[in-house]
Amino acid sequence: MSASAPALPELGQVPWRERTDARFLARHGRWWRVSTALYTAPLAVGSVAMVAFEPITLPVALATAAHAWMIPELYAFRGASVVRAKGPRNERAEPVAQGLLADLLGHDARDLQRRTGLALEHGTLGTWLVGEAGALLVSPGAKRVHCFCVRVPEPELPPSDRIAHLLLALRTDEEGFATVANHAFCGAPWRVRRRLPKPMRPALDVARERARAEAR
Amino acid sequence: MARLIRMDGTGHSTLAEWTDQDDAAFEAAVQEFRGQLDLGYIGTVPDGPGSAAHVRDLPREADLVILRRPIAGG
Repeated sequence: MSASAPALPELGQVPWRERTDARFLARHGRWWRVSTALYTAPLAVGSVAMVAFEPITLPVALATAAHAWMIPELYAFRGASVVRAKGPRNERAEPVAQGLLADLLGHDARDLQRRTGLALEHGTLGTWLVGEAGALLVSPGAKRVHCFCVRVPEPELPPSDRIAHLLLALRTDEEGFATVANHAFCGAPWRVRRRLPKPMRPALDVARERARAEAR
Repeated sequence: MARLIRMDGTGHSTLAEWTDQDDAAFEAAVQEFRGQLDLGYIGTVPDGPGSAAHVRDLPREADLVILRRPIAGG
């Protein structure tokens, strides 16, 4: 018999991190919501107060309100960027890598991955979308999307092999995968969706639908 | 026919193949597997939809063993 180990071996690289389970993610989601409110509310309230007390400050108030809107958008952009295509395309090796990735995915997930570049995977923490250098986790009920920056640091690998690396690690130990990954953003799905490249948006729509269905 | 493959710059490479009856081929695959672990690769067996297992020894009964590189937070 083989000696198999349930934990992801890469956890040894980050021994100081708390294991990322459902409770950790819920707590992290609340923290993102509170911190977003803390840095946007003063700007929003300040812009309204400026106009109320001195209407001549309208241009400054508008700029302040724009800041209140823009800061969460920049965070969402950073979050959505984790799944953007990155690095060399390695077009010669890509068809071979695509074949292996297709073998790992089911029929529907394979079609979705070919159309959008993201591999759909169901987990206990939610519904995942795995890209070349990051992953999105749609929480059960589709209220939030967690954006994780995680990659295989081998630039010579074709894109589909990079996805396969992340997919195999995710399937080996889902919580371990989320622990090794860097949490880049957590927020509403609509906020992430509008910052995703257009071809990837249908993948998030499917993941949201699955996450809603699983929560029912 | 079981296969040991490595994901690399070519897409993937088949490093060894073996059958239940062929001890010599399996032994060669074990040596190859250990050599790849020494180079830093990680052995993974896809064992059903949505599931995979990390292996430290080559499982004779597996149909496919994939060697991958470690991942890291970006």
